[in-house]
Amino acid sequence: MGATREPAAPEEDAPAPAAEAPGRRVSRFRRLAGGSNDSLAAYLFLTPWFVGLICITVGPILASLYFSFTDYSLIGEAQWVGLDNYTRMLTDGRLHSALGVTFVYVFVSVPLQLAMALALAMVLDRGVRGLPIYRSVYYLPSLLGSSVAIAILWRRVFGADGLLNQVLAFFGVDGVGWVSHPDYALSTLIVLNVWTFGAPMVIFLAGLRQIPRMYYEAAAVDGATRMRRFFSVTVPLLTPIIFFNLVLQMIQAFQTFTQAFVVSSGTGGPSDSTLFYTLYLYQTGFGSFDMGYASAMAWLLLLIIAGFTAVNFLASKYWVFYGD
Amino acid sequence: MVTKTPPAGASGTDERRERRRRLLIHVGLIAFGLIMLYPLLWMVSSSFKPTAEIFSDPGLIPETFVPENYTEGWTALQFPFHHYIWNSLIVVAGSIIGNLVACSMAAYAFARLEFKGKRLFFSIMLMTIMLPIHVVIVPQYILFANLDWINTYYPLIVPKLLATDAFFIFLMVQFIRGLPRDLDEAARIDGCGHVRIFLRIVMPLSAPALATTAIFTFIWTWNDFFSQLIFLTDPEMYTVPIALRTFVDSQSQTSWGPLFAMSAIALGPIFGFFLAGQRYLVRGIATTGIK
Repeated sequence: MGATREPAAPEEDAPAPAAEAPGRRVSRFRRLAGGSNDSLAAYLFLTPWFVGLICITVGPILASLYFSFTDYSLIGEAQWVGLDNYTRMLTDGRLHSALGVTFVYVFVSVPLQLAMALALAMVLDRGVRGLPIYRSVYYLPSLLGSSVAIAILWRRVFGADGLLNQVLAFFGVDGVGWVSHPDYALSTLIVLNVWTFGAPMVIFLAGLRQIPRMYYEAAAVDGATRMRRFFSVTVPLLTPIIFFNLVLQMIQAFQTFTQAFVVSSGTGGPSDSTLFYTLYLYQTGFGSFDMGYASAMAWLLLLIIAGFTAVNFLASKYWVFYGD
Repeated sequence: MVTKTPPAGASGTDERRERRRRLLIHVGLIAFGLIMLYPLLWMVSSSFKPTAEIFSDPGLIPETFVPENYTEGWTALQFPFHHYIWNSLIVVAGSIIGNLVACSMAAYAFARLEFKGKRLFFSIMLMTIMLPIHVVIVPQYILFANLDWINTYYPLIVPKLLATDAFFIFLMVQFIRGLPRDLDEAARIDGCGHVRIFLRIVMPLSAPALATTAIFTFIWTWNDFFSQLIFLTDPEMYTVPIALRTFVDSQSQTSWGPLFAMSAIALGPIFGFFLAGQRYLVRGIATTGIK
């Protein structure tokens, strides 16, 4: 890599002439190391990022804030409507149900996923032979989990005559159409998210490696049981990692879209039971081209995510333990 | 991990018990792994089964072997499936190049250079990692629609050329910070400018971080559904995920065999990259938490 990308900023790249007076060489070094030159170079290196930040990120953020106070359908001008979009949220039943679905999904699947991740990481950390193989096998679903192909698979596994019910029938249990039943459809998506516990598990494994073995030895000498060692040594020392995983997985879970879209054919059905917030936002913006309301919804999502992240950070003072 | 040596004088029964415990752990781990992978294996095996058998037999060995599912699936949509694979590859290649070039440039500045506003810009960069795409997608759509970029790959590639995937900047900053500065300084004394230090010293040493970026960009872009769904509405421009989704919804009676065949093909490249890049993937995830 890299060797092919030659043309850029020639004023600095010019090789020093071979026969340079030693005095000049020093001053040149001073100039280069002095810092004044650094700033210019830094801004040049950051130019793509600056352009992206302004055009693709900050500009659109401000625009979406503006659109959230307008009625805009892409045709004609955006009409300023003040807080109408936000007051409309108060009486929008589908929005409330979408929020409910999303909250249930986040607050059920993320803790389950992290518990699973930690449990497996604990087992694997105990010097199991073939650790890389197990780690890979458990991690694979995390890579595939958000793909359309897996969502299609899920639809089939949890369908009325799908894999799960075939297996249940083998044990003499009558299944239901999991994805087509409003009471169960959401839980199939929760199972899908728990299935992708491999990513947080890898992070837990890295964290467990950081815990000095001598703490366990000291605890063992003091006669601590395995349970006791887990709660008095592992968990406290792992709290920063638990916190990191929790924040990250929550932010990702709030934005879940593909699985719900594919499993319900984009409807969020049956009976809005898988109408995730992002799916409703998509329907509003890109189904009915109600861009103003969709922007307001996006801002509510941002506030919810920022709010929960902030609460996490504030609460972390009471349970996250940073050594030294 | 080193196996703990049993304390001197440990009896043979202790050792046997320990060995049995280890065996039990392996049995448990393997069983659990099989349960986790079973749906995937079932999907691949179902892609070779006649539809009736998919509904009746949860086993993995097809009784009737139907490779025709693949040929049938390949031509089931408006365009042959390699058309969509090609489209996906264009988007993926553009995204990888964009992320490698733009993110590494920004990372070099943040990791090695001093400039006014560095701390501020760095924290802004970190904040953009957390930003949900939904907040910017509506104005981005309007912007790209005005540029006449809907149903082109520009909306999917140009942002990568502008380093909008900030976690890769972060990943590379972390990596470059770990490289010894002596090399840069020696190069400076020899009269190298920043461009040369960046291209000849920092980038070659950052190969593992660049590989992680490339692999994750591949997998993410190949899997991406939301932005491709929004920016690509013309079947000719469809990528693999969008094509698969049309496949499910286009037929009232879905032919599951061919659908599974194409799904298996869609997962193939991810699986290949996973096998090839495990080392980088695990390191990438352990340091940044991206999945």
